Amino acid sequence: MNRLYVNGISSISPQSEDILETGNIREYQSNIIPALEQDYKSVIKPMMLRRMSNAVKMGLFCSKKAMLDAQLDMPDAIMVGTGQGCLQDTEKFMEAMLTTDEGLLSPTSFIQSTHNTVGGQIALDLKCTGYNMTYTQNSASFESAILDALLQARTESGTQNILAGGVDEVSPAFTGFQELDGQLKQESVKNTDLLGSKTPGSIFSESASFFILSSQETGNSYAELVDVEIINSTEIQKIGERTEDFLQANDLTSSAIDIVILGNNGDSRYDPFYHELQDKLFPDTVQLAYKHLVGENNSVSAYAFWLASKILKENKFPDFIKLNDLNCRKPRKILIYNQYLGKNHGLILLQKL
Amino acid sequence: MKGVAVTGMGIISSIGRDLEETSDSLKSGRSGIDKPNIFQTKHSNILVGEISFSNSELENKLDLERNHTFSRATMLGAYAIKQLLVNMGLTDIPPDTGIISGTSVGGIDMTERYFYDYSKNTENRRFIRAQHPGFSTEMIAEYFGLKGFVSTISTACSSSANAIMMGARMIESGKLKRVIVGGSDCLTKFTLNGFNSLMILSENNCRPFDEDRDGLNLGEAAAYILLEADDCIGDRKVLGRVTGYGNANDAFHQTASSQNGEGAYLAISKALKKAGIKSGDIDYINAHGTGTKNNDLSESIAFQRAFGDEIPPFSSTKAYTGHTLGAAGAVEAVFSLISLQEQKVFPNLNFKSGMKETGLFPVTEPTKMKISNILSNSFGFGGNCTSLIFQKDE
Repeated sequence: MNRLYVNGISSISPQSEDILETGNIREYQSNIIPALEQDYKSVIKPMMLRRMSNAVKMGLFCSKKAMLDAQLDMPDAIMVGTGQGCLQDTEKFMEAMLTTDEGLLSPTSFIQSTHNTVGGQIALDLKCTGYNMTYTQNSASFESAILDALLQARTESGTQNILAGGVDEVSPAFTGFQELDGQLKQESVKNTDLLGSKTPGSIFSESASFFILSSQETGNSYAELVDVEIINSTEIQKIGERTEDFLQANDLTSSAIDIVILGNNGDSRYDPFYHELQDKLFPDTVQLAYKHLVGENNSVSAYAFWLASKILKENKFPDFIKLNDLNCRKPRKILIYNQYLGKNHGLILLQKL
Repeated sequence: MKGVAVTGMGIISSIGRDLEETSDSLKSGRSGIDKPNIFQTKHSNILVGEISFSNSELENKLDLERNHTFSRATMLGAYAIKQLLVNMGLTDIPPDTGIISGTSVGGIDMTERYFYDYSKNTENRRFIRAQHPGFSTEMIAEYFGLKGFVSTISTACSSSANAIMMGARMIESGKLKRVIVGGSDCLTKFTLNGFNSLMILSENNCRPFDEDRDGLNLGEAAAYILLEADDCIGDRKVLGRVTGYGNANDAFHQTASSQNGEGAYLAISKALKKAGIKSGDIDYINAHGTGTKNNDLSESIAFQRAFGDEIPPFSSTKAYTGHTLGAAGAVEAVFSLISLQEQKVFPNLNFKSGMKETGLFPVTEPTKMKISNILSNSFGFGGNCTSLIFQKDE
């Protein structure tokens, strides 16, 4: 059975990519936070850039940086997870259609509205004719994409280098709707205060994190992706048991996990899922969080994957992502757990090389 | 290559509300394309393949609670899976069954209906999350008590074909014992106006592969099949096996297909390789064949490249159902399984003369023939090309 190594990483989020080194945390006093602007024109032609939504720009830019990091020219397959797809172009076409009452419409935003626009545009840019897949399962979208990567690495000899990532953007009306149905906090919360919040809802953001997953280890390898599991629905009391089942399937117990990265997002209704694991399964394990830095979105667990990859390679992590006071000098196994609104639970297991 | 067993199927489209009606329509050449009755649009003269149930009729058939969060595509999906269970003689699904659904726009019909209403009316806000394809699959899963592996693929018009491929992979790898795979898409103003703005909708009944083809008709449908690992089939009948699959990207244009049919050719080649068969072993092709100038030519050239001078009998069934977008791959998977069962292929309706570039002639009459292997193609925006191979269970 082939193993799968993380050979290149890249991330765009509301925080700078060197945040772990510099400790410069950006603070936002808004419940919808955009990703940091990048030097997009350094790798994307200005004419194309003008037409691109944030999701496409972020996805393409991140992909190229991950490939550069892994020194890879062409992946064999592209797998993208996006929970909400190309919201900006969907909203643009929707508004044009509604305001003109189905009048004469330009097709541009329609053709860029499909969920697989990011994957398709990456393929187009790289001229990559390989396998190309887009998963959209709420907070389990990125997990779906890397599960596909794992299965293919194990079964298909021709698939050696996979470009896999997660990307989600925000859009004025659609993301605004999430305030109306209580997904966003009703009061304004500073991102750095998010984890202590005792109210319903979270803050929403945009981000992209892409990776080169390869069957060959290189000098640049960060970690090994061991396994991933998706559980659509479970009760709070059973999440510990389901997590143990997952670990057991990999011949592990909770004590073998050095670091658990949790998706706490300050939503008082659903953070108890994380507390359950913090209190019962992993009280003696280093617990890390990240949504107080980069906010919540449907593929933000890819940011946790980026974090885990860096930690396993560099053997260090700053205090500002710690949920407890424990430490670990040489982390070997990291478990990522995430869910959204109590559903679409994802477990990802990575280990040191 | 033994492949992954298909042990159940369910479908609803404009040519049938169950398997029997669907099969009868296919055999008698009865198209479901007409002017819309239920679907509300300013373009009410555009022909579509509409399912004759209103949303409230579907709510009743599914016994949904008054404050449900089902979009039309979600209801059609649940309805098709109910059909699958009826056809298998089952009352419920084992809870460890996974589900992978494909859809292009999910519940965007609700967003276009309530876009300006959400800010004023609190009651309809329960549909805000219903826009997202994953939410639709989740609601279907919940309806049938499935709590385990739930995922959604959205690669435009190849979505459900890709869901079938991923499902087969999950069974082969041992990750799942059973998985429901397929897809659902309903008629929406969003897609109708989108395709209209691209000027690829025909004003007539679509004519796939015809020299005078002038565009596609949109349709709505949901279709699902049950894939099972061999050790849990028991005495259930195997309807066919998924032996081959392949996905490739055309990497040519966001919406148009390449002149040399590269993506399609690669997808077909990969599927043949996976199935471990030669091109000559394919007995029939259920083509993507939307009826647009661009797709049908590109696909024909891919046929020539993959099969040389011996292109197997082929037809597009889009003139029956219209192009059901994300559901099309699953709809045509069910048609292919019916073909395997009945050893009969269904015609490419409305075809008169071959296109001058290739001169290929599809099957134009229901034809009885010996069929072991069927190739089914589904292509989508973003250059996404998928081929599946269904084999008769021996």
